[in-house]
Order: sequence, then structure tokens, then C-alpha cells
Amino acid sequence: MKLAYWMYAGPAHIGTLRVASSFKNVHAIMHAPLGDDYFNVMRSMLERERDFTPVTASIVDRHVLARGSQEKVVDNITRKDREERPDLIVLTPTCTSSILQEDLQNFVNRASVTSDSDVILADVNHYRVNELQAADRTLEQVVRYYLDKARRQETLDQSVTNKPSANIIGIFTLGFHNQHDCRELKRLLQDLDIEINQVIPEGGSVQDLRNLPKAWFNLVPYREVGLMTAIYLEKNFGMPYVSTTPMGVVDTAECIRQIQRHVNKLALLDRTFDYESYIDQQTKFVSQAAWFSRSIDCQNLTGKKAVVFGDATHAASMTKILAREMGIRVSCAGTYCKHDAEWFKEQVQGFCDEILITDDHTEVGDMIAHVEPSAIFGTQMERHIGKRLDIPCGVISSPVHIQNFPLGYRPFLGYEGTNQIADLVYNSFTLGMEDHLLEIFGGHDTKEVITKSLSTDTDLTWNYESQLELNKIPGFVRGKIKRNTEKFARKNGIADITVEVMYAAKEALNA
Amino acid sequence: MSINISETLTFECETGNYHTFCPISCVAWLYQKIEDSFFLVVGTKTCGYFLQNALGVMIFAEPRYAMAELEEGDISAQLNDYQELKKLCLQIKKDRNPSVIIWIGTCTTEIIKMDLEGMAPKLETEIGIPIVVARANGLDYAFTQGEDTVLAAMAHRCPERSLLGDGRDKTIQDQAMRNIFTLLPLRKGGEVGTGGPMNNLKKHPPLVLFGSLPSTVASQLSLELRRQSIQVSGRLPAQRYTDLPSLGDGVYVCGVNPFLSRTATTLMRRRKCKLIGAPFPIGPDGTRAWIEKICSVFDIETQGLKEREQQMWETLKDYLDLVRGKSVFFMGDNLLEISLARFLIRCGMIVYEIGIPYLDKRYQAAELLLMKNTCKEMCVPMPRIVEKPDNYNQIQRMRELKPDLAITGMAHANPLEARGINTKWSVEFTFAQIHGFTNARDVLELVTRPLRRNNSLEDLGWTSLIKREKKEK
Repeated sequence: MKLAYWMYAGPAHIGTLRVASSFKNVHAIMHAPLGDDYFNVMRSMLERERDFTPVTASIVDRHVLARGSQEKVVDNITRKDREERPDLIVLTPTCTSSILQEDLQNFVNRASVTSDSDVILADVNHYRVNELQAADRTLEQVVRYYLDKARRQETLDQSVTNKPSANIIGIFTLGFHNQHDCRELKRLLQDLDIEINQVIPEGGSVQDLRNLPKAWFNLVPYREVGLMTAIYLEKNFGMPYVSTTPMGVVDTAECIRQIQRHVNKLALLDRTFDYESYIDQQTKFVSQAAWFSRSIDCQNLTGKKAVVFGDATHAASMTKILAREMGIRVSCAGTYCKHDAEWFKEQVQGFCDEILITDDHTEVGDMIAHVEPSAIFGTQMERHIGKRLDIPCGVISSPVHIQNFPLGYRPFLGYEGTNQIADLVYNSFTLGMEDHLLEIFGGHDTKEVITKSLSTDTDLTWNYESQLELNKIPGFVRGKIKRNTEKFARKNGIADITVEVMYAAKEALNA
Repeated sequence: MSINISETLTFECETGNYHTFCPISCVAWLYQKIEDSFFLVVGTKTCGYFLQNALGVMIFAEPRYAMAELEEGDISAQLNDYQELKKLCLQIKKDRNPSVIIWIGTCTTEIIKMDLEGMAPKLETEIGIPIVVARANGLDYAFTQGEDTVLAAMAHRCPERSLLGDGRDKTIQDQAMRNIFTLLPLRKGGEVGTGGPMNNLKKHPPLVLFGSLPSTVASQLSLELRRQSIQVSGRLPAQRYTDLPSLGDGVYVCGVNPFLSRTATTLMRRRKCKLIGAPFPIGPDGTRAWIEKICSVFDIETQGLKEREQQMWETLKDYLDLVRGKSVFFMGDNLLEISLARFLIRCGMIVYEIGIPYLDKRYQAAELLLMKNTCKEMCVPMPRIVEKPDNYNQIQRMRELKPDLAITGMAHANPLEARGINTKWSVEFTFAQIHGFTNARDVLELVTRPLRRNNSLEDLGWTSLIKREKKEK
């Protein structure tokens, strides 16, 4: 048992549901007690989804506890099959069902006889994997299921497309800026004259999965989800994959170069692809980030301390961007993806002073308090830690709030992504600087207006000692004290404010 | 009585495939209500994930609740439950020093049959902090019933009221009196004119109200009763665990919320209290009926109550004009549905269906009767009451009925709005102040909000915002 107030990655079934509900016409049925369908609320609220979330529960109640689910799960599957006519029904175990140890596979086998839909049992153990790992597995499981099926039915077409083409793997619901990233990646591949074969799971159809091998290569933008699928496809179909996240100027270029290598391997001899000039053009003129790194603005950020924390993909990329592309000193880089710690360490090695692998938010908070960085780049939790410590924070990774599902176009990947990140970094730091300067110069007066106009030349003068005294007062009450003192002075016809007047005002107020 | 009702009101029971919150969500409002408590939810990551997401920003305010997260070793009994819980409770004692720790049992503790009730008394004596066990799990209960389980468990901890009136009992009573008096600005030696009826409180047996309410609402209700010269001698839960009311033979109890049937049963059977079965003080009609029932039990004639209700309805006029003749569909998830529906029928609305997770016909008998009479008086058909509803079927019915307003959970709100049906999130009714005369306006404020918002959007031609209805049935 452990005492926990907050967690970074959710339980396994959330990952399965995220993948299942991202596909078109796939329905997930959770074997769960009443109230565990909270996923529907999140999807409906955070993603502002217009359609009913294709997730229902086969309720585990007292009767199930006493007698087992019996016909209930099978009935619920066949009923859903009738009502929604989905292509696939994914039976999803939860923490409750994994300790009940019912033979869910048996239910699936029975149900698939009577229903037109395909039925599978998500192969995840609640106590061994978290949300992200479960999502990765489920995606691979679904892909494998449909490719095996196609092979059995001999509908598998292994010929590749004429033009270079790619699958984008790992875009899914409730992912951090995934929709925008997907659009940006499509644009990038289009620029490179590469066709999009399929995007999975978001918006994908399971019936089309058998055409996955037609692509020349797979692009896996996020480390957390899609890698298992890409590895499976490589092993079974010899499909190469690119798993360098195109985040930041340097890594985007690196990703494109890898794509170039894979594409040229399959291309006919008379036609090789060279993306170098594209990279050069984009880096210098489309992305403003390279220029931004040279500009005076960014010079002011040199050596400023930052702390980075998030999922492995975003935290590693962000660390590299800050250190390599902006000259910011990353005092500590960390991730909550403990299962991927080795990869993370290898990625950020040399780009930060310290590496933190933990899923305990208090440890992260203590570290931030200890380092006292000028800015934090983390999740919503770090944003709140920052608020408490008065350190600005840019949110770069899940877990997130509804604010991180912006309506406007905000990719983190590709060349437009570099612009967005530059803004994010710069805005976080300037806010920090501004705050700091305000502290040094005793704050500006906008909050402390006592007359209706913004003009600061009043008829009152504060002498040197009283100003000193005023500046000793903690920032958050200073305005109020100043206002009260001036009110008191005005009422009593005092023009020069001394320390004595301040105290008199205080006493008058207390009386 | 229940036979009488079933002749006119129709009760149905569906499959129970509906969306609601897990009952552990009750910690969210109870930890704020009971100031010196600490809630420890003994469960898995699933429970934790629900709490952290459902309660949003509250989690960042260092709340007085936490998860005792079960790991594989706990499930397979490789670790000793007692030692593990002791470790965590000692840590809580050190960090927060609460007056009581409340263990919330979950589905997992039920399935692995963790003996929380057995361990609590032992651990309690060992660490010196009272430990209350409430099994608020999704196997047995829905949403607000979580509070019911906590209060039922707490009822056992209330001090015994001794008929001889020993010292302890007296101090508690006095404390309660003082608390109430400090809320009243009028208290000056008992001679302030406006205080009229308050100064001659009638002698009546002690009355304890049960159900957690925001403290302003609690004092508003006390004030209403004082106007009828009735003194509230205690509340369950009290502001602090150490101030729990004394209970016993001869104490009258009355519920303020419709989801407290277990608590009511415990108070009657185990603590020998007398239950006043009244409609719930939601809406001016409900509040009046509630007060009237209490007065009638104490044989007190009400004063000016009818006028007060009338006065309230006057102030609601602008909202009533908005809702009159409009239809409502309750999908059902928090057990407030019957009372809210009854109030809305009185406001002139037509209720098509009242979905409700669980209906205790005995505990809600007075409320059901009031609803029946309200329907007759307003000349509207009786709504169908659907226990354990099936959300899928409900949505099919809603397609046919096209209600002006659906009161529903957050999982369905956006999809329904996209299909042109106005919705109000039902969860807001549990967190808003809805009790008593004063807050009737707040209920209507919530109910009319989608209507008012959509009035202004009406002419833009954007009512249905989905591409096409996928397979219209």
C-alpha cells in the first residue's frame, strides 16, 4: 500500500479505452462496477466530443460478485453488436475484473460466435502496466488481430504503393495536442511528397488495417504509444520505422533525414530523394525558431535555469531544445515514465545537470523548490507547484486540463511546432523576468491605484524611510497597506508620509 | 401508503447501465464539511484517477484526503493489511493530526474481503485516533449514496444522550445552542422586537437534522425552524467530528436530503431515534412541507409559513415565466431527482421521465406523496419513474420525446447539446446550494441557464452540430 494524492499516468484500462475509442466504429465494453465509466466524462469534457463516447460498462455488482458474470457480459456484447453495429468490440478488463479472475476470454469466444462484430479481449494487466503502456499494447493487439485475420483470409496485400507513403502511428484521443501534431505531420509529409497511407488509431478504420503494410515506412511521433506496433510491423513485414520525435529544429531535421534514408532504400534508382534543401529552407525561414535562437531576446535567456518534467517524449525533446537550441541551462530533467527510464537517460545525457525518474509529484515539487529555476516546463501538476513557489510554468505534457485542448492550431511537432515552443519558452521566461524586476523595483502601481485614474502623481509624497518600510512588507499585501496609508493621510490632511504616519494608519484601521 | 402511490405513479426498473459518479466522490464535499477529518480511500489507481480528475483543481489545495493505493502485494495478501494501514495512518497522524480518520472501502476491498471494520477498532486504540469505516463502493452504491454510508457509519459514533442529562450531554447541547446563536445577529438579551417568535422557543424534544449542507444553508434552515420556535439541537455531520450530536431514545431526527436512507435506518434501528418522514426542503414548496411536517410532529402551529412560501414564489416570477410549459427529462444519477422534479412540476414544467439510481419508497414516501399531489394540482400527467435506468434506452426515448431540457451527467451533456437538446449537468445540483426558501432561486438559476443561453443563440441556426446521424433507428 502506498499513500498517494495524485498520479501522472492513469490506470491501464484508460489506455485501452483511449485507443479503442479513437478508431472509428469500435466499441469498448468495460467489465467494471458502477461509476468506473469516468472515461466518458473526460472524453466528452476535455475533447469537447460531439458524439457519444463508444464505451459502455458491463456492470459488476453484488450479484456478479456472488455468482459470476454468467450471461451478463455476453449479453452486453451481443446487445451492443445489435445496437451500434460496430466493426470491433473490445472487452476491457479493469482493476476489479482482474481480481475477480473471471474467464473473460471465454466470454469473448462465446460472444464472437453470435455477433457480427469482431470481439477481442484487451490483453492488459491492471497491476503491471499503466495507461500509456496499456495503450501501446492495445494498439499493437488490434493491429496484429486484423493483420492475422487478413492473412488467414488471404486478403493481405503486401505490395507497397507506387509513390513513397507512410503510416502515422500513435495519434489518439486525449493525447497532448495530438490533433494539431497530426495535422502538422501530414503537412510535413505532404511537403516531402510522401503520401499518408493511414493514421492510427485516431479516425482510423479497423477494416483498413490490412492495408498498413502498403506504406513504405512507419512514423511513430511519440515514444509512449505506437512503438510496439511499429516493431511488430517491422518484424513481420520488414517495414522500417522512424521513431525520432520531430520536436524542435534539430530533431525535426534528424527525423526528416531518417525518412530520406528509408525512402531512398525503396525508391527506384533513377529517382532518389534529397530533402536537405527543404530542411535548410524550413529551418531558416519557415520556422522562426532558428532565427529566434540568434536574436537578442534569446540571448537574455542564456544560462537561465529551467526544470523539465513530463512524459518521456516531451520531456526529452524539451530538454534538448532548451539546452541545445536556446542555451538555457536545464538543471534537472525528469520523467514519470519509469518503464522507459533507460531511454530517457540516454536521450538527455549531457543536456542537463541532473536526471529525475519518479512518479511521485512531491518529489518533483521538492526538487523544484530546491533548484529554484527561473521557469518550469512540465505537466499541470508542475504548473501548480510553480504557482505555489511563484515560478512560471509552461505546460508541455500530459496530464493536462481542458485548457490544453485549445481550439486554435497549436502543434508541438514539426516546423510550426518549433514556433509554438519558442513562444511558450519565451513567454514563460519573460513573465518570470518581469515578475523579478517588479520585485526589485517594488512593483508597479497599477494594482494600487487609489483614485480612478491610472496616473501616479498624487499629492502625497513618501519619504525615504517610509518607502523602505513599505518595501519590507510582503508583496501580496503591500498594495493594500499603501492604499490604506494614503487614504488615512488624505483624510487627516497629511501630505508627507513618514513611517509614523504608516503606523498611525495601521492603528487607526485596527481601532 | 406505498400501495396507494403505485396506483398512480408508475415505477419501472431497467438494466442499470447508466452513468454516474463513483460513491467515493463523497469525500470531496465531506472533507470540507467535517473540518478536522481525514479521508483515506483504500482502493486502486482507478479510484485515484477518478478522484483526481473529478475533483479537478481541488486536488492541488492539499486536501485532507488521500488514496491508500493497493498494489499487487496487497491483492495477493503478500503484505499484511493491518501493518500497511497502520503505517499510512501513522504518517497521516504525523502530517495532519486529524480528529478522525475515515476509511472509505472500495470495490477492491470488498472483493478481496479486506476486513476494514475488524481492523479499525484495533488500530484505533493503537494509534489513538478514531477510525470510522464507510463502504462507499461502486458495487453497491451510486454517487451521493457515498455520503449516506459515511453518515450511517458516523451515526454510531455520536454520543449517547442520557435522559438524566449528564455533564457531557449538556455541554454538547449548549455548544450547539451557542453555535446557532452566534449565527443570529438578533441575540440581545431576548428583547429585540423582530425576534418575536424566536424568543419563546417552545419546549420540544431534541431535533437532530442529518445530511451535510454548506454551513450557510445549514444556518438558513435552522433560522426557518426557529421562526416556528423549533430549536435544532444538533446536526449530523457537525462542523467538526468532535461536535457530533448526541442521539438516543426520544431524539427526533429529520433528513434534509433524499439519498440518506441508510443513515435514517441506522438512526432509527440502532440509535432508537424517531424519524420524521417529510418531503425534502428543496424548492419553496418542499421547504414549507418539510417545516410543516416537523411542526406537526411537535404539535406546533406554523406561523406565516404560507405567506413566506407565497413571497418566495413572487420573487421567482421571472424564472417561472421562462420554464412554464417546458418539458424536462431526468436521466438520473444523484437521487435528488424526485425532489427536483416535484419542484419543477410546481414551477409549471412537464416532467417526462425521472431516472433515479435507487428509490427507497419508505424513506421518500412523503416526497412521493407530495409529488403526486403536485401533479394533480398542476393538472399534469404523472412522470414515469425509472429506477436503475439504461442510458442507451433513455437516449432513444429522448429522441422521440424531444424534451426542452435534459438533466444529465457530463458524459452525455455535450453529445446531446450537439444534437440540439438543451442539457444541464446533474452534478451541479449536488454542489450548488439548493435547500430552503432562500436558495430556490439558485435551483432555477441552474435549470434556466441552458434555456437562457440558448435563447440568445437561437437565431444563429446552429442547433444541430453533428455531421449526420450515424444510423438513425
